[in-house]
Amino acid sequence: MSKLEEIKEQLKNYDGEDLRFMEVCGTHTAAISENGIPNLLSPKIHLISGPGCPVCVTVTAVIDKLTELSLTENTTVLTFGDLIRVKGSKMSLADARAAGGSVEMLYSPMDAVKMAKNNPDRNYVFAAIGFETTTPVYAMVLENAIEADVHNLKLLTSLKTMPEVIRWVCKNTNNVDGFIAPGHVSVITGSDLFKELSEETGLPFAVAGFEGAGLLTAIYALVKMKGHSGIKNLYKSAVSEKGNEEAAKAIDKFFEPCDASWRGMGMIPGSGMRLKAEYAEYDAGSYGLDEDHMPPGCSCSRVLTGEISPDECPLFGKKCTPEDAHGACMVSTEGSCYNYYVSGRKKR
Amino acid sequence: MCVALPGRVTELNGTKATVDFSGNIVEAEAGLVKVKVGDRVLVHAGCIIQTMSDAEADELEELFMEIEDL
Amino acid sequence: MKVTMAHGSGGASTSELIENIFAKHFKNEYLDRMEDSAVVPGSERLAVTTDSFVVTPYFFPGGDIGRLSVCGTVNDLLMSGAKPKYITCGCILEEGMDLDDLDKIIESMAATAKEAGVTVVTGDTKVVEKRGDFGGIMINTSGVGFMPEGIALSPAGCKDGDALIVSGNLGDHHAAILSGRMNIKNNIQSDNAPLTEMVSGLIEQHIDVHAMRDVTRGGLGTVLHEFAGASDCEIHLYQDKLPVSPEVRDFCKMLGLDPVYMGNEGKMICVVNGKNADKALSIIRASKYGEQAAIIGEVKKSDNNGVILHTAIGGERLIGPLYGEGLPRIC
Repeated sequence: MSKLEEIKEQLKNYDGEDLRFMEVCGTHTAAISENGIPNLLSPKIHLISGPGCPVCVTVTAVIDKLTELSLTENTTVLTFGDLIRVKGSKMSLADARAAGGSVEMLYSPMDAVKMAKNNPDRNYVFAAIGFETTTPVYAMVLENAIEADVHNLKLLTSLKTMPEVIRWVCKNTNNVDGFIAPGHVSVITGSDLFKELSEETGLPFAVAGFEGAGLLTAIYALVKMKGHSGIKNLYKSAVSEKGNEEAAKAIDKFFEPCDASWRGMGMIPGSGMRLKAEYAEYDAGSYGLDEDHMPPGCSCSRVLTGEISPDECPLFGKKCTPEDAHGACMVSTEGSCYNYYVSGRKKR
Repeated sequence: MCVALPGRVTELNGTKATVDFSGNIVEAEAGLVKVKVGDRVLVHAGCIIQTMSDAEADELEELFMEIEDL
Repeated sequence: MKVTMAHGSGGASTSELIENIFAKHFKNEYLDRMEDSAVVPGSERLAVTTDSFVVTPYFFPGGDIGRLSVCGTVNDLLMSGAKPKYITCGCILEEGMDLDDLDKIIESMAATAKEAGVTVVTGDTKVVEKRGDFGGIMINTSGVGFMPEGIALSPAGCKDGDALIVSGNLGDHHAAILSGRMNIKNNIQSDNAPLTEMVSGLIEQHIDVHAMRDVTRGGLGTVLHEFAGASDCEIHLYQDKLPVSPEVRDFCKMLGLDPVYMGNEGKMICVVNGKNADKALSIIRASKYGEQAAIIGEVKKSDNNGVILHTAIGGERLIGPLYGEGLPRIC
């Protein structure tokens, strides 16, 4: 029997106490569904999607500010795809565009610099959302903008970091037995970040890539390490202990830690990044965007922390579907609700 | 979203790299990590964020070695 | 030379445009009469369909809107089991469109109609004021096909033990169009093609076909979801049997797209009696545009209807219809 088959057999036949592992990366959530991993596991192993889909954890005040900017004269909001359909307290960027707002979708924030340079009379605002992986990309945007002497491009930042939210989850929900650590966040931060968290929380962490075999191996490692701290780096081809130090330097140059608001979870001290005061000229008004307006009945917060499974939300599949999403977790293709809905996953 | 697929650097011009993913060619910023032509790299939102060891075939092997001691 | 509002006036400029471009390329005994309607020979049972085509840019790798507008309608007729005979050509042009481009598009339409075995019997042209986001040209084609006796295909026709055959690589058209928009350079070509040869092959050789559908927008997943619902059955798909070119596979991975939901313009899914599966596959493979055809799954009778994808690693997931617009997952 191949090693992979052996791992699969052990995961399928696991018959110990119930185990709950959280993946804290939206792309992991999507990869788990795409590979059909849940039904390769024993009913006693539960996978929970944590707060790692950048779109899902963005509060409504940020969306409101972006829609307002898109409707401002001579201003274009630039964004990644999924954010366009997320509703603010009144409307989404898609609604704003239909109402005459200027919203454009970009593949890379790098293109924003070119765009601003080519249209010097127009103001551009990039919706800078994301985690540790995307923050250095925004640093490069600023680096390039400064070099190109571009002053008509600003960032509206809603940047988050992993450690504090993981601590928050451990403290506020006492039901996680281990974490699949985010692969590309680890590329930047290094696996040492999760080693620290593991020692502190007493829980095992496995750093995983995004292929099916890698994810299964990570789950297997967590089962084996259950009940005590420990870290396994199962994505060594890309993740080192120290991470990408160049990227860390680039982040440090432009950004500093700050308190951040998370959808459904409220303010978590030290869980975000904002532009340093000396780069205030590039900020489009990101401070104080903390208000979070949840539609009645929406259980995003309890889903994001793994307290309930998406299909336990009373709106799931009834009032809330990908075609008419109430919460952000159903909008984003990396959202836990979306993935449960489209791949037919159910609470086990 | 994270693009898990590594590409290969085919050209380098200052901090602008050309990266090939099985015949799909994109331009990427190379300012966050030292790269050279021929490197396997991860690209995130138009930026190279990491170079990867050049041992595609062994990745699964290595994965299983990691968990030997469990 | 550009399209002007005068080309839509109904006067001399309109006649000139029709004569120099449309009549020149489409030339045939019905259209040449230039009457208000084409009077054509018929058949007892007819299949009738219509489709509209908007695509930017109108020339794309591997095709153009003219070829697309014939393939789309011809393939719709074929999927009912009909023999495509006539199509119409309605064009809405944007003021300022290049006339040489229009000439190339109509020339391509005529060539594709010839390849597909249909005659363009009537047409119409209108011009709208330049508005910037129109893309130059929109085409509507309606089609008429003759139904052979005894043929009745329906999405509700899938039966226990049937085999699923897809006629070639998935996602080529979608990837070719998106590549341009996303500024990704590659050699991916649109698959836009008329499927006349493979479908007539199946029918002439008496393959017991239960359902057929061209796999266009929404992709294979959306079509099969509909089949499973209409036939009240379970459809099992095997990920490692789905034909996808390496270039398109990686293109999808880069953008978070699933080949199961990618659009095509020259591919069909065909549900045949399991006993006929190998013969049907070899007929499709031997026909033009069918070289990459593959058996990708089967139909099972079940109390739950739905599509189950068996993933490469041995997992399972349900395949629903495409939700949203099938946009790349960028970050």
